[in-house]
Parts: sequence; structure tokens; C-alpha cells
Amino acid sequence: MLGFGILSGLLILPLVGAAFILTLRGDSEAARSNARWAALATTIVTFLLSLVAWGRFDAGNSAFQLVESHAWLAETIRFKLGVDGFSMPFIVLTTFLMPFCILASWDSIQNRVKEYFVAFLILETTMIGVFAALDLVLFYLFFEAGLIPMFLIIGIWGGKRRIYASFKFFLYTLLGSVLMLLAIMAMYWAAGTTDIPTLLTFKFAENLQTWLWLAFFASFAVKMPMWPVHTWLPDAHVEAPTAGSVILAGILLKMGGYGFIRISLPMFPDASVYFAPFVFSLSVIAIIYTSLVAMMQEDMKKLIAYSSVAHMGFVTMGLFSMNPQGIQGAMFQMVSHGLVSGALFLCVGVVYDRMHTREIRAYGGLVNRMPLYAVVFLIFTMANVGLPGTSGFVGEFLSLMGAFRANTWVSFFATTGVILSAAYALWLYRRVVYGVLDKPSLQGIADLNRREIITFAPLVLLVIYYGVHPGPILDAFAAPTDALMKGYEAALQTVKTAAVAAH
Amino acid sequence: MYHAIVFLPLVGFLIAGLFGRILGARPSELITTGLLMVAAVLSWLAFFSVAYGDGATRIQVAQWMVSGDLVVDWAFRIDTLTAVMLIVVNTVSALVHLYSIGYMHEDPHRPRFFAYLSLFTFAMLMLVTADNLVQMFFGWEGVGLASYLLIGFWYQKDSANAAAMKAFIVNRVGDFGFLLGIFTLFVLFNSVTFDQIFPRVAELANNRFHFLGIEWHALTIACLLLFMGAMGKSAQFLLHTWLPDAMEGPTPVSALIHAATMVTAGVFMVARLSPVFEYAPAALTVVTIIGGITAFFAATVGLVQNDIKRVIAYSTCSQLGYMFVALGVGAYSVGVFHLFTHAFFKALLFLGAGSVIHAMHHEQDMRHMGALRRYIPFTTAMMAIGTLALTGFPFTAGYYSKDAVIEAAYASHSTAGSFAFLATVIAAFMTSFYSWRLFFMTFEGSARWGHHGHDAHAPHDHEGVEHDARSRDVEPASHAQHDHSHDHGHGHAHTPHESPLVMLVPLIVLATGALLAGIIFHGAFIGEGYEEFWKGAVFTRPDNHILEEMHHLPGWVPLLPTLMMILGFLLAVYMYIIDSKQPAKLAADHPILYRFLLNKWYFDELYDAIFVRPAMAIGRFFWRTGDQRIIDGLGPDGISARVLDVTRGVVRVQTGYLYHYAFAMLIGVAALVTFYLFRGAH
Repeated sequence: MLGFGILSGLLILPLVGAAFILTLRGDSEAARSNARWAALATTIVTFLLSLVAWGRFDAGNSAFQLVESHAWLAETIRFKLGVDGFSMPFIVLTTFLMPFCILASWDSIQNRVKEYFVAFLILETTMIGVFAALDLVLFYLFFEAGLIPMFLIIGIWGGKRRIYASFKFFLYTLLGSVLMLLAIMAMYWAAGTTDIPTLLTFKFAENLQTWLWLAFFASFAVKMPMWPVHTWLPDAHVEAPTAGSVILAGILLKMGGYGFIRISLPMFPDASVYFAPFVFSLSVIAIIYTSLVAMMQEDMKKLIAYSSVAHMGFVTMGLFSMNPQGIQGAMFQMVSHGLVSGALFLCVGVVYDRMHTREIRAYGGLVNRMPLYAVVFLIFTMANVGLPGTSGFVGEFLSLMGAFRANTWVSFFATTGVILSAAYALWLYRRVVYGVLDKPSLQGIADLNRREIITFAPLVLLVIYYGVHPGPILDAFAAPTDALMKGYEAALQTVKTAAVAAH
Repeated sequence: MYHAIVFLPLVGFLIAGLFGRILGARPSELITTGLLMVAAVLSWLAFFSVAYGDGATRIQVAQWMVSGDLVVDWAFRIDTLTAVMLIVVNTVSALVHLYSIGYMHEDPHRPRFFAYLSLFTFAMLMLVTADNLVQMFFGWEGVGLASYLLIGFWYQKDSANAAAMKAFIVNRVGDFGFLLGIFTLFVLFNSVTFDQIFPRVAELANNRFHFLGIEWHALTIACLLLFMGAMGKSAQFLLHTWLPDAMEGPTPVSALIHAATMVTAGVFMVARLSPVFEYAPAALTVVTIIGGITAFFAATVGLVQNDIKRVIAYSTCSQLGYMFVALGVGAYSVGVFHLFTHAFFKALLFLGAGSVIHAMHHEQDMRHMGALRRYIPFTTAMMAIGTLALTGFPFTAGYYSKDAVIEAAYASHSTAGSFAFLATVIAAFMTSFYSWRLFFMTFEGSARWGHHGHDAHAPHDHEGVEHDARSRDVEPASHAQHDHSHDHGHGHAHTPHESPLVMLVPLIVLATGALLAGIIFHGAFIGEGYEEFWKGAVFTRPDNHILEEMHHLPGWVPLLPTLMMILGFLLAVYMYIIDSKQPAKLAADHPILYRFLLNKWYFDELYDAIFVRPAMAIGRFFWRTGDQRIIDGLGPDGISARVLDVTRGVVRVQTGYLYHYAFAMLIGVAALVTFYLFRGAH
């Protein structure tokens, strides 16, 4: 097929769907319905294609696979795609979550329906692009391009304060990106290429590493988001439509972590070791601080948004613990959080669609009329708390164990997150689901309908399946983690000798 | 066989949980109960094949996770300790399932109830069969979840929801230590599997480990952290606050989870890890002291409680303290033996109390009972057996196990052991007193139900009924105690009645256990059959001779617990039968002490003041001040405000007057010229 491989196919498919939706005429109910079905079909086909890609992917191999390279801006700046164990699960996660987003928007989006789905499909292309890009410039392009559809989704289909939230989101992330662009240019001047596999073997001067690391950190830390640049997230989540929140929490937040593992850690090992205590501090603060803040929230979505920040604290902590458990745990935590927080936002969406409020106080006693919803919500709450047997536990446990091996202080403080997460999550559940259903507005609330059951069933199954049998994902991370650890031995060794010398 | 024992309850949970609403209540009950019965019978078979045969084995089920050196399997470790726990868990669970068919028969949510019970049993079985620390943690958290769901089973009661949440969160505090303990052991041994840890303990006995900037004896810090988990689950002093509140759950739940099985998980954990604890003497000292304090503290609180279930709850708390004392002085088998016998008589007491509550139409306050012996003689007899066993009447189960704990504490000859000896002896006296107090208040004396004459006890001075006034209870008829506290005439108009047969059969079985479990098994557990019974499942160092020394005590030591039992009984007779004015008078004479005990040493208030409210205040501060004022204020909002200021300024400069612009240009030119002149000068 003209020399384009399966990864290009994944990038092009959503665009084809978007183009098709654009050709639909008028704004009749039929046109809207066509747009919905076209978007759903596109995302499902894309998901199936990504499964094919996963089938062809060899998890035991740490090298980049399914590589394709096309001439682009210059001889050294090419349109190069490929995946390894770190990126493949995220591509599948992206394509997997998209159909749910389309389903979640089925009834709740009623104005500018076509444009909405076009924005989502373009967003999907850019997200897959980030994970598949093997050229820094291409990576940057997708990384930034994703901002635009998300900006529009929040700004047009969002809640009351959507303009404030969308600008906050945009400016925060853009500010970080500017520095990243400068760093990419500096890397080009130093190494003469923007080809990621080549850069992975290139040894940057230590001094330069520090600056490059900081520049990339500015961008990834905002995306993560890490404390103290996290405040855009609660606002963005609160204002975004349900599907926007799902994608934001499920995929966009993972780009920061993916950036760390793809660029910062392997390309700047010395700087990463040097800055690890700094990242640890921010992570631990994020876990404790945002958990406490989450506890006091009055808005369901904001609470889950803050809990996302706390969970991302586990990710950064695990990544920079620089041992297999920490890194694999952090990566697994990202996949798991993609499923769990996405599902939690869908849970909020369910009651929001019925009551049009996210205020916790407006609910209470939902279990009386919505037993199925109560079960689903409980399962995801427990996964969020990190109960063993759900996917949330595996990532949290491994990243804490990794952190413990790196530094007991970090692990000690981070493990308090286990207590705090139980506090805020169960309190939310108690206030919303348990109790007597005595609010007049809730008397007629209906349980999950068939579309919602279809939406939740696969998520529930996956969250439990990966909690009991995380092998398929952990194995994918194993090979590249080993490769990364080999590169690290040298850097860690120099630090140890320095520490010994200092004593 | 072991697959069946562990997974049959899971099957029951899935059937009742997924299809309960389609099947209906009765089929759900029969399926879950039937499966549990099968599992219980198989457990007994397993027990005899392992403990009296050669059946110890390891069964690999599947792999859980692999990451670097860390390998975690789903696997069963079957040895005598596991087998003992299997029969305890499955027997009590099967009986509680059966009992619940009668006890819950008015409840509209029975499939859900039975599903939760089976889920709990499955998680508990995963815990006791665990072959590694992480699987144990899985079971540990699984029983925590089931406990949370069952305490909050009547979700319309606010107090039940609060209690459920409290149980989960306090347990999480313990889990915090458990997790760190797992990490420490993993760093030391590079494995989380028991088979790989235990043989290497001796060689690492003197290792040091840096934890939080302090150099510790490695095994001591590991054991202390793990013990923190045990303290949470087994409701030991400082982390005990959730257990009395957990009585909000239905009574069969209290019998199964909060008396016989889940709360003993901490005891099981320490016994399971005895090869590690044996090399951490400092940690064992802590275990002894905490156990002793708990045994004493909980007994003091139990003296004055008026809610029948709360008295038994504090008694459980106290007895768990006994078990930890035994573990702490190195007599692991004694601790497990007490766990084993305690499961029978405490489950019996709870189910008996359930029968009383059932008879009284969900009245739990003993001050509104009395003289029930004539109405429910069978239940009375069962409760009497349970009380005798708990207080250690000769030749009942408690006589063998509880007295052995006290003797072991004496035989340890350490300071901590002496302290624990003193604490457990005093607690034995109090145990006897509060147990008989419960018995007399409930079954003897004058009938205090069926009229309104209890104004002396206004609800506000009493914790046990205070929640009733708060909760608004609309559950159809199942637990309408709230209504009763306001409307006693209605509920107690008809006389108490004996419970149905389905509730009495479990009582008979448990009573048999409470009477005979000690006399039959004490030889194997702690006597001459020790070696061949345990076959190394609980480990003692070669220099640990405590079981030997227990047989060579001064003559007065073994008699002391029995003496305490008699004294406690006589005092209870005096205060509640002969001169029933005494308790009120005593309380009035010592108001401070009375309130101190009645309010459980004010732990709830203390924790609320130093943990809960500060956490909320800090959370609000971080949110309002940290996020909104400082980060947003200096960050995005501040910058946008400054940009607006600057643009406003720029707008003002653009006046439109030509001479303004000309003047500005002139200044610019002058500045430029000056700049070049200076630069040229250098």
C-alpha cells in the first residue's frame, strides 16, 4: 500500500472518518445520527487495526518495530513511525477508549454534532501520532497539535466557565512546549539529527543534558500534571464534556509520562539521576497535597481530577526510581489509570446527563434507584483506591516498591497516599451512592440504560482482568525496561562513586 | 480438592451476585450455603490429611505478576497452619450462612447479603492459603472490602455507612505498615515467597537496614512494619477504634468477620511469619506489650457497655490481645490454639446474641432486656455455654487455650512477659465479670422490656443508642431498631420468641465446639503431639523452650485464671442478681471513671481532633489558599491580570495627539544616541 505500514493506517483512518463526517450535509437529525455512527464505526475499525498491530508486535524484542520512514522536512527530519513495548500499550489504550468516548457523547452532545466528532477523530490521530512518532520534530508536531482539538472541545462543548478553563489549559501546556521546541533545536544542533532511535544512542554532554532535561521537564510536568503546575487540570476536567474528560485523563495525561520514558530518562541519564530527588519531592507533595485537596472537593469531577494528579504522582515517582519495579509499575499505573479514571469520569457523566449537576451535595442514596450503577461505581472506586485484584493495585504496588528500593523516605510518604485515597474515594461514594434517597429531584432517576451497560461492561472486565493477570501489559514493558536499565547502570554507577567519594 | 475449597465460595459469590435478582432470594441462599457446606466438609478432610497425615503441599494456580526480580504467583501453601484456618473459616462461614437464612429472612436484599458473605469467605481463604506476601495482601484487602460492604449492608443507615468507611480507612492505616513491611522483606530477601524467605532468615539475622535515615536491625523493622498491618486488621490498641463501630453490620456478619475469622488474620499473619519474627526479638516484645495492653484496655471498656453486641465486640478485641501475647512470648501454637477455640465460642456468643436480638425485635440495648431465660430457654443455654467457654470454666475450650496464654506469658520470664501476665490475669477477671454481667442483664432479673420505664437512661448519655436517634431508618422491617427506640410500646408488645430451627442448629454445632474443641485438640496444638501435628508450620528457634517451661510452673499459676473467673462471676452475681442497685451507685460515685470507660477512653474524640479534623482543615487550606490563591494567583490568573494591566497602560499611551508621539520619538532617539556614544567610549 504505497509503502505505508500499519501505523500510518492508524493515523489516517480517523482522518478519513473525519473527512467523511465533514461531507455530510445539513444539521438534520439524520445527519447527526450518521455522524455518530460514522464516528463510532471509525473508532472501532481503528481499534481493530491497532489490535492487528499488537498481534504483529513482538513483546520480547526491545527494538522498535513496525518501523516506517518517509521523506519529510529534510534528510535528517523524516516522517518516521515505529513502536516498542513502551508505546504499543498506549496506542491500543487510545484506540480502545475512543469508542467509549463516542458512546458517551451519543445523547449528551446536541449542538454542532458533526464538528464535535470531527474534533475527536482528529484528536485520535494526534494522540496515536505522539506514541508512534520516531522523530522528535514529528513527536513535537503531534504533541502540540493535540492541544487544538482539545482546546476546542473544552471551549465549545464545555460547561459554564469553559472559556477560562480552555485558555488556562492551552496557555499552561503551550508555555511548556515552547521550551521543549528550543530543546529539540538544541538537540538537533548537537546531534545532527532528530531521529529518536539515533538520539537514544547519542551521548549528550552532561552540561547540555541538564538544560535539555529541564526544558523537556517543563513541558512534560505540565502535561502530567505535576505539582505545582497542576491547577489547569481540575478546571479543564470540570468544564470539559464527559468524553473530553475521559480522553484528558485517559490519554493526554499519559503523554507526559510517555515523554519522560521516551526522551528524558534514556537520552539524559545523568541529568535524570541528578534531578531524581527533585522529582521525588514533587511527586510526594503531589500525592499528599492533592489527596487532601481531593477530600475537600464539592464537585465530583474536580475530586476525580485531583485524584488523577495524585495518581500521576505515583507515576513520576516510579519512573525516577530507576529500577524495573518502579518503571514497570509506573507504566502500568498509567495504563490502569487510563482505564479507571476514564471509567470514573464516565460514571460521573451518567448522573450528570440525568441531573445536570456535578455537585456532590445534590446526590445521595442513588443505590436505592440505581443498583447497577452503584456496583459499577464501586468497582471503579475500589480500583481507584488500589484494591488488590483490580488493575489499580498492580501499578501502585510496583511503583511504591520501586520507590522503596530507591529511597525509603519517598516510599514512606507516598504510601500514606494509600490511606488518603481510601478516605476521599470512599467518602465520595458514601455521599453519592449510600444513604436515603430523600432529595425530590432524584426520585425519578433511572438506572443504567443499555448503551451505558455496553459502555461499562468491557471496562469492568478489563480492570479486573488486568488486576488478576497483568502479564500481557507488564511483559510488553519488560523488554524496553531491561534495555533502559542497561543504559542506566553507567549513570547510576558514577553517582554511587561520587557518593562514596563524598563520604 | 484445594481448588474446590477456595473457589467454591467464589462461585457462590458470582452466582448470587450476578444472578441473585433473577434467581430470587431462596435459590441464592441455598446455592451459597450449599457450596459453603461442601467447602467446609472438604476443609475437615484436608485438615485430617494434613495435620494427621502427610498432606502438606504447594499448589501453583497461575502467575500474577513478574517485574524484574519480583515474581508473584497465585499459589496455595497448604500446611497445618493453613489447614487449621481452613476449618475455622469454612466451618464458621457455613454455619453463619445457614443461620443467616433465618436471621435475615425479612430482608429484601438477601441475595446481596449472601453474595457478600461468600465473597468474604473467598477472600479469607485466599489470605490463609497464600504462598507469598502479596497474595496474602490480596486476601487481606479482599476481606477488608467484604467487611466494608457488610458493615454498610444497611446503607440507608448513616451510622452504618460511617462505620463501614471507618473500618476500611483504619485498616488502611495498618496496610500502610504492611506494604512497607513487604517492601522491606523484598529488599532483604529479593523475594516475596515464603518458601524462599524462610530458609534464609537465619543467615540474614544480623543484617542492618536503613529506613528513614536510621539504621535498624533489618528483621526487626520488617516485623514491626508487618505487625502494624496485623494491628489494624486485628483491632489492636491504637488501631482498634473501628471494631466496635463495625457492630452496625448484621449480627451474623459480626460473628463471622468481626469475631471468628477476619480479625484473627493479624494473628494468623504473625504465626505464618513466625520464622521471621523468631529472629526479631525486639519486635516480639512490642507484640507482647501491645497484646497485653489491648487485652486489658478492651476488657475495661467492656465492663460498662450496654449494647449487647458491643460488649462482645470489646471482648473479641480483648481476646485478640491474648492471642498476640502468646505470639509475642514465642508460643505461636498457643496463640493459634486460642484463635481456634475462640472462633467457636465467640461465634456462638454472637449468634446467640443475634438470636436474642431476633427475639427482641432488633433491640440491642441490654437495659431493655432481662428475664429472657423463661422465653428463650434454648438460646439462654447456648449463651451460657459460650460464656462458660469464654471465661475459662474448667474443661471448656477457653479453659485450655486462654489459661495456656496466661501460663505462657508467665513462663517467658521477660519484663514484657511479666507485664502481659499481669494484664491478662486482670483481664481474665474482667472478662468473667462482663460476660456474666451480659448474661444476667439479658436473661435474669426483671423484664425491662414492654414498657417505657427506662427514662433514667436518656439516649444522649449512652453511645450505644445514640446513633439510633441520628439515623433515619426506612428499611421495611429488617432492622427497625430506630423505630423502637422511639416507640417501644409497639415493638415489644408481644413477647420474645425462640428463633427458628435454622438458626438454632448452628448454635448447637458451635456449642459443641466451644465445649469440646479444647479437650480434644489441646494435646495436638500445644501438648505432647505438638511436633507431629504442626510439622514445622509454626517455627520456633532451637533455644525457644516456652512450651516446655509452661509445664513447669509454680502450682499457683495455672490456678490463678480459674480463680479470677470465679471472682468475676461472684462479683457479677453480687452486682446484678443480689444487689442490683450497686452498678448505678458505683457509676454515680465515680462519674469520671465511668464516663472515661463508657466513652472508650475517648479514642474516637482524640483521633477526630488530631487526625480527621486537621486533615480536612489542611485539605481545605491547600485547596483555597495553596491552589487558588498562591499557585493560580501567581501563575495563570496573576499573569493574565498583569497582561491586562500592561495593555491598559499601553492603551492610555495611545492618545492620538501628534505631539505626544513626536515627544516619545525624541526621547527614543536621544536614548539610542546616548547608548551608542557610551558604547563607542568603551
